Amino acid sequence: MDIRPILSTLLRHKTAAALIVLEIALSCAIVCNALFLIGNRLERMQRPTGLAESEIVRIRVNGISRNEDAAAVTKADLAALRGIPGVKSASASLQVPFGGSSWNSGVRLGKDQKISNLSLSTYMGGPDLFDTLGLKLIAGRQFQQNELIEWKTLQGPGFNGNIPVVLITKAVADKLYPGQDPIGKGFYSWGDDPHRVIGVVDTLVRPNDNDGPAANGYSAIFPVNLTYESGNTYLLRVADPSRRDEIMKTALKVLESSGPTRIIPEDDAKTFETMRNEYYRQDRAMAWMLGVVIVALLVVTALGIVGLASFWVQQRTKQIGVRRALGATRGQILRYFQTENFLLATIGIVLGMLFAYAINQLLMGKYELPRLPLIYLPVGATLLWLLGQIAVYGPARKAASVPPAVATRSA
Amino acid sequence: MFGYYFKLALRSFKRNKVLTALMVLAIALGIGASMTTLTVFYVLSGDPIPQKSGKLFYVQMDPATMDGYVAGEDPQSQMTRFDSEALLRDKRGDRQAMMSAGGLAIQPEKQGMTPFTVESRYTSSDFFDMFDVPFAYGQGWGVKEDEARERVAVITKDLNDKLFGGNSVGKSIRLNEHEFRIIGVTEKWRPTPRFFDLTQSHYGEGEEVYIPFSTSRALKLGSSGDMTCWGDEPNDDPEGSNGLNAPCAWIQYWVQLDSAEKEAAYRRYLINYSDQQRKAGRFERPTNTRLSNVMTWLDENKVVPGDVRLQTWLAFGFLLVCLLNTVGLLLAKFLRRGSEIGVRRALGASRRAIFMQCLVEAGTIGIAGGILGLGLAMLGLWAVRQQPSDYASLAHLDPVMLVTTLVLAIVASLLAGLLPAWSAMQVTPAIQLKSQ
Repeated sequence: MDIRPILSTLLRHKTAAALIVLEIALSCAIVCNALFLIGNRLERMQRPTGLAESEIVRIRVNGISRNEDAAAVTKADLAALRGIPGVKSASASLQVPFGGSSWNSGVRLGKDQKISNLSLSTYMGGPDLFDTLGLKLIAGRQFQQNELIEWKTLQGPGFNGNIPVVLITKAVADKLYPGQDPIGKGFYSWGDDPHRVIGVVDTLVRPNDNDGPAANGYSAIFPVNLTYESGNTYLLRVADPSRRDEIMKTALKVLESSGPTRIIPEDDAKTFETMRNEYYRQDRAMAWMLGVVIVALLVVTALGIVGLASFWVQQRTKQIGVRRALGATRGQILRYFQTENFLLATIGIVLGMLFAYAINQLLMGKYELPRLPLIYLPVGATLLWLLGQIAVYGPARKAASVPPAVATRSA
Repeated sequence: MFGYYFKLALRSFKRNKVLTALMVLAIALGIGASMTTLTVFYVLSGDPIPQKSGKLFYVQMDPATMDGYVAGEDPQSQMTRFDSEALLRDKRGDRQAMMSAGGLAIQPEKQGMTPFTVESRYTSSDFFDMFDVPFAYGQGWGVKEDEARERVAVITKDLNDKLFGGNSVGKSIRLNEHEFRIIGVTEKWRPTPRFFDLTQSHYGEGEEVYIPFSTSRALKLGSSGDMTCWGDEPNDDPEGSNGLNAPCAWIQYWVQLDSAEKEAAYRRYLINYSDQQRKAGRFERPTNTRLSNVMTWLDENKVVPGDVRLQTWLAFGFLLVCLLNTVGLLLAKFLRRGSEIGVRRALGASRRAIFMQCLVEAGTIGIAGGILGLGLAMLGLWAVRQQPSDYASLAHLDPVMLVTTLVLAIVASLLAGLLPAWSAMQVTPAIQLKSQ
């Protein structure tokens, strides 16, 4: 089909054509970026934690009195919890992924170094915690019982910060010792003596994203015998995920009926999956909202195309009649308007790509977003081409049905 | 004239129902989306204490060791207990208070109630007057109670009603196994954002119990919120990182300064204090003190969530597309009436009159779109309130935003009408009449 007559017609309706092009361009730019943002959120929500997610239950316990022997109470609690049928293992924990609060510490490779190499989140615990979280050891070994330091010693006056051994995640190992075997290497964090790496965990994420997405995998485990008051948290690992709720209820009862008077809020007893869902609620809400905006934007743009196209069809009724009288088929008239829309959409999309890139630059500066991957551009383009064709089909068909006899009428 | 144009506009709508509906819908969608996000933004970025936000200042200094020092960086975001207590003793402001959050366990005496935890605030006596905290019963404590480390507590009306019902002033309450005497009950007080402690939820309900900071230390109660510690020296304080000499920043310190001179004097005082601490060897870093009023402090901490800003941008982008759409449709509508305009021009209407008539029509669409948009915005805010965020319950339309919605709708539609009206006014009567 010859596009020259189409171009010359469009040139005579510069303003209206420009408006449609601009609208398509803006839609294309916003849709590309919104799709990209949704992709980002979804990716974020799917990050692996390194934990046996479906098998973990968290229970929060708040002590009232500081006088009791917390270590003894904790020991008794854990024994009782492990006695519940269906519980594979149980442990106290200082912090949990998606649990809110976190302990963090700077890490230096040299003793007299002033600036930290990285900041990592410090988990504390022994083999119990390791088994309960379901971590995967990829090098070295776990802690031995005699390496564990009592929480009371750690918190007590005069503790010099000397913790000889530590487990780190692969992310930390890759960052601190790229290309080297991390086992046996030492770094400085607490006190004056180095912590020696004895093992590497595949993945263990930080409790939250406060230090930015890049630092999400930076964690270490220090060998500490915790009490329930250290992090006010017990973790259970169950053998059968379908019995989580039932075991959680039993565990609450067990804790309530033993030990000193404590506050054990039932709302805070949650499966790890629930915690995960709640943590990402904001991201899910944002993804939905972006989705709604994309749809609304496409609908409005389509309505704009329909409106202008029908106006043009009405305005050119007589010319269409003349063309039909001169032998143009219905298909030719239909294709004329379809091609016209395709041309407008193409110009709009090209312009939209530039806008999309500009908006992305702006967002990159303000929200630490990565660069828009090129794949989103063809996706956005296809979407708008399709949209344009669908929107113009109605008015174009109406144009095609103009009878040739119109040409003979006056006005 | 205006009334006549308005009547013409209504007549034209009747002739083109679908097109008019499309335009009204586009404007309503754009206005609804942008007003929803703008209202959330407006609520979250508002002044939490408008009557005196310019007189309240957050104090910062840099007491950390040289480890990790980078010249030009911000000072510690919170204060050490040592410095806070020193500043509080000096009393150089019109009012001042040090504070920290903490969790306390309440053991109710009421039958059938199990113990529960509440968020609480350990602070000093000026807190209530400085922040204009409203009281339902009783009042806050004074300097005397601070100094004597008395076991007195102020609780919120909600907690009062839950535990006692009626006026609880004079009654006692068990907090972490210690007996406290209630001396005041606050009326509902929810500054938005909760500016005085940004380490806690920015838009949450806030604390339910207030006790003197000095008492919290005498009883060795645990604190909550962020804490930054530095230095390698073993800490021998029996209170650990909450100790008086602990190298840890965990206290928020606020001061009220009623005039610009006082503010300047206080800045000098802070520099002086910091210099002295350096001389004494307590501070290692170069003197770096800050005094920020409420709004500056909120801005610096970027309290409005990034997602809310992003949504606002997105909504205005959407409004822009909706407006472009309206421009296109209005243009089509006016030009379709070319012959009618030609007749009016031939009968003596000036270009100005045509222009005005078109703008009135655009404005009328704006009013209709605005009203529908208002409904959509209310629906949108309802949706926001169903969300999990801590600010969800705050998302309500106030009269200011209501008026803003309508004004925005009309202004937007008039802007959208400018180009089509200008095109319509260019219609030459002769050609239009000839083609009839």
